[in-house]
Amino acid sequence: MAQERHGMVEKRGAGLWLTHVFMILGVLIIFFPIWLAFVASTVTQPEIVKPPMPLWPGDQMWENYSKALFAGVNVPVTTMLINSLVMAIGIAVGKIVISLLSAFAIVYFRFPGRNMFFWMIFLTLMLPVEVRIVPTYEVVAGFGMLNSYGGLIFPLIASATATFLFRQFFLTIPDELAEAARVDGASPMRFFWDIVVPMSRTNVAALFVILFIYGWNQYLWPLLITTDPEMNTIVMGIKQMFPSGDDVADWPVIMATSILAMIPPVIVVVSMQRLFIRGLVDSEK
Amino acid sequence: MEKRVVFRGWLLPALLIAPQVFISAVFFFYPAGQAIWQSLFIPDPFGLSSQFVGLGNFEYLLGDRFYRASFVTTAVFSILVTLCSMIPALFLAVMADRLIKGSGVYRTMLIWPYAVAPAIAGVLWLFMFNTRVGVVSWYLGNLGYDWNHVLNGGEAMGLVVLASAWGRISYNFLFFFAALQAVPRSVIEAAAIDGAHFWTRFWTIVLPLLSPTTFFLLVVNVVYSFFETFGVIHTITSGGPQQSTTVLVYKVFSDGFVGQDLGSSSAQSVILLFVVGMLTIIQFKFVEKRVHY
Repeated sequence: MAQERHGMVEKRGAGLWLTHVFMILGVLIIFFPIWLAFVASTVTQPEIVKPPMPLWPGDQMWENYSKALFAGVNVPVTTMLINSLVMAIGIAVGKIVISLLSAFAIVYFRFPGRNMFFWMIFLTLMLPVEVRIVPTYEVVAGFGMLNSYGGLIFPLIASATATFLFRQFFLTIPDELAEAARVDGASPMRFFWDIVVPMSRTNVAALFVILFIYGWNQYLWPLLITTDPEMNTIVMGIKQMFPSGDDVADWPVIMATSILAMIPPVIVVVSMQRLFIRGLVDSEK
Repeated sequence: MEKRVVFRGWLLPALLIAPQVFISAVFFFYPAGQAIWQSLFIPDPFGLSSQFVGLGNFEYLLGDRFYRASFVTTAVFSILVTLCSMIPALFLAVMADRLIKGSGVYRTMLIWPYAVAPAIAGVLWLFMFNTRVGVVSWYLGNLGYDWNHVLNGGEAMGLVVLASAWGRISYNFLFFFAALQAVPRSVIEAAAIDGAHFWTRFWTIVLPLLSPTTFFLLVVNVVYSFFETFGVIHTITSGGPQQSTTVLVYKVFSDGFVGQDLGSSSAQSVILLFVVGMLTIIQFKFVEKRVHY
């Protein structure tokens, strides 16, 4: 099939090899920053501060990673990893749950204020958290939610992108299913649990991948509201590991932390590639 | 589009939307309203009272040399990020599309940077170009080029652009690759029979067919470079040197949190709100159009 699809316009021989060469070059260039960070996380500090640093891994991997994980600079990286995990999962699950419920309501019910609600969620699509940071910070501080998981999570699930997506999907569910459920006397929530939720499984999974990475990679918001190092997330905590002033940064530990910070999202993206691509395309439509 | 079959009642749907309404109201609409409201006031230095100034904050901002400079910086930054992430991505996608076997492996490898947070990307690139320990800056030094993004505004801009564009290559690659796979082979083969070479076919047939995807990515990448690159700029340059990398979102942060100038920061938020509004409208208009195709 693939053969047939390319058919006669497929270049053979030199052209094909050249294509591979370009691809490999591209991958190498794009990979280089990650490779360098990995190498830096396996060598000693003196090897780095006397440039050029080696381009092949050293033997200090265990030392650097255990120092990062259990001692860290301000706080052990293990703590930051747990905070990031709670935040990313909290955002993904929280947003999916509230969106499933409200999308179900606007698609399967006619209630007063439905149109207003629809426009309301439409508006939230337009304003990223970066734009309203100062007043949002004041609200969170007013609730006493600085340095708390609630403060990290809630403001980031306030936009209704996911509601929009689920609405689009629910509209494609055949009407006959709802009709049958009604004839059988099933309650709306019964229909929701037994039909709508199972049918949305793939969409939920794809959205989970996207939202997990979105949550994990947050920087500005955790930077503002976690003043206590114990609540730092790993992505924002790395910047805090650089010394102020002229001191030399502990590069091996910082680079080990960078690698640790990218492992969870990379695992999610690479292992769930299909779902990830689907989620990407869905959420941009 | 509406459902023909609906359930009755209003209490249940009200309960179903309650969590979303509550969270959006408290963490979205109230703060957004506050931003608009605060933009009309100047608080006194002790934060005890504030004086209504109408559009005074906006008037001041638009006359402010630094704010106008920040607009220009943002424009330059987002154009460069968009170009530096889309052109390599398109090239790689075209290459991958020519392969019968192995494009999946390359795709898996190229996806990686997408998962790397902008702030982490900032740290990685800072490490490569660090004036003291950076490998790339060391080799540049050997070639006789003295790299110093801490002092040189142009180099600082170049570095934040590279670090921001890097992760986006993955994203753009995925969309270009998907679009290329959807180009009908019969059209390509017809052109090949007429003797059109690869690059001729690319410029005259493939690229025009890709234009919806290209336009979509243009908008999305501009939005990205406006709002999601804060981490890159904060980790690498903190807006410096001499504000040469202070983009609009960074200025909202530095004026609001570092400078504690709430009136100005809020007015900047409101201006950004209009900018996002415009971009969203462009995006939706375009999506509407694409649906009809």
